Amino acid sequence: MNVNVEEKLFQNRYKVDHGRPHISIINAEICAVECKTQQCTSICPANCYKAEGNGNVTLITDGCLECGTCRIICTDFRNVDWEYPRGGYGILFKFG
Amino acid sequence: MEKFDAIVVGAGPSGNAAAYTLAKAGLSVIQIERGEYPGSKNVQGAILYSDALEKIIPEFRDEAPLERHIIEQRMWVLDDDSYIGTSYRSDAFNKAPYNRYTILRAQFDKWFSEKVSKAGALVICETTVTDLIMDGNRVVGVQTDRENGALFADIVILADGVNSLLAKKAGFHPELNPGDVALAVKEILFLPQETLESRFNVKEGEGVVIEMMGKITQGMMGTGFLYTNNESLTIGVGCMLSDFKEKRVSPYLLLEQMKAHPAIAPMIAGGEMKEYTAHLIPEGGLKAMPQIYGDGWMIVGDSGMFVNAVHREGSNLAMTTGRLAAETVIGLKQAGKEMTKPNLSVYRAKLDDSFVMKDLSKYKDMPGVFHANPQFFTTYPELVNKAAHTMLTVDGVDKKTKEREIVRSFTSSRSLAGLVGDAYKMWRALR
Repeated sequence: MNVNVEEKLFQNRYKVDHGRPHISIINAEICAVECKTQQCTSICPANCYKAEGNGNVTLITDGCLECGTCRIICTDFRNVDWEYPRGGYGILFKFG
Repeated sequence: MEKFDAIVVGAGPSGNAAAYTLAKAGLSVIQIERGEYPGSKNVQGAILYSDALEKIIPEFRDEAPLERHIIEQRMWVLDDDSYIGTSYRSDAFNKAPYNRYTILRAQFDKWFSEKVSKAGALVICETTVTDLIMDGNRVVGVQTDRENGALFADIVILADGVNSLLAKKAGFHPELNPGDVALAVKEILFLPQETLESRFNVKEGEGVVIEMMGKITQGMMGTGFLYTNNESLTIGVGCMLSDFKEKRVSPYLLLEQMKAHPAIAPMIAGGEMKEYTAHLIPEGGLKAMPQIYGDGWMIVGDSGMFVNAVHREGSNLAMTTGRLAAETVIGLKQAGKEMTKPNLSVYRAKLDDSFVMKDLSKYKDMPGVFHANPQFFTTYPELVNKAAHTMLTVDGVDKKTKEREIVRSFTSSRSLAGLVGDAYKMWRALR
């Protein structure tokens, strides 16, 4: 089965804080070289983390659901810097 | 600098319960919420259990945005193309006052917050608390992301939800363990009211909840759910984060495959998806609970692991912990006592005396048993479905032979000792 999560996220309401992502990868080198599993690229429910062909992991937080999964599963390297968005920004649930 | 009696961080059920109770008692309260409006960051299944809210706002039924009161609960154990289940439906659940309701949290929390404002608390939205302000070991206030955003109070009540970054930054508890939280994803699907009511065999205002386990979680420890709202269905699935991590299952794929199950697909057919959400649920139970109070601070709701995973209860524990924390503060204020750690131990005593700690103690071993015994989520659902299929297929084979075949299927997958051991483990963990 093929699922396009972007279509799901399209139904959500967001106020994106352009240029100020609330989550960042601390050291991209660790993801590319040391992390063999790159689990964040499968488990993030908004598919914010993508495994690139060259071994890098890229992160785009625009569709983030602010669940915290990526921060908690990165147990081996603690390589995710995770803050809440600035007040008023990020996901805005209509129904919750 | 103005100083408040209390700062409440977060406007979910626990924060609202705390702020409302404090404000109603005449204390000066400021509540900080990072969302555009209270509820805009909050996610739940969602079932509201009346009792916990009734103790705070007895007349809530007249005002709160409620969807349907629940008259029927179904429990399904699913195999790939089947399910076996039980249901309980009673007209007694149709007699007011109703025991539980489906709600939409964005709307419900907004209503609750309006009650908090009317009770006299100052509710500030679109503001994120970034740090606790400490004086030695004592919490004296919070730093927000507003200009000149420092606020001070005698007590800071942390109702900042499952991620609880503030308590972590302050060193009150460590990072969550993937084995202590479930990741749930869900969608809301809109259907015409008449379609929904005929499909679920209910009248206006009546609702059904379906809890599911088995193959839909693809070997992971977790459950699925389907709830009826007024003109929509909420469908979701949640599994332990440690299992997601180990099995590398994409949560949205899991949800989509569940929606395609032959027993589920017809119930949601034609539903228009209008929101997709994900949320963590702290399911570690009593053994994973952090320190919940200290000098100048208390933790309530999800940030304190106050969830009864076995009974799918959370918001009622949240509201109760919020209320009891507030009552602790009110009591200390009236006695002219300070918000020190020893004095705040009253909070723990109140919790111990309530259903909150009694239930969490009763089920303290459940998370461990389930982690160590994945067969409850894999082998057994398959076996009971196959057994039902064998018994219910009329094919000329006599019933005695069918019984033997079923017994053989159980003992060959789990061995007799395994079966007895599993029954014992369950009994131990549930008694």
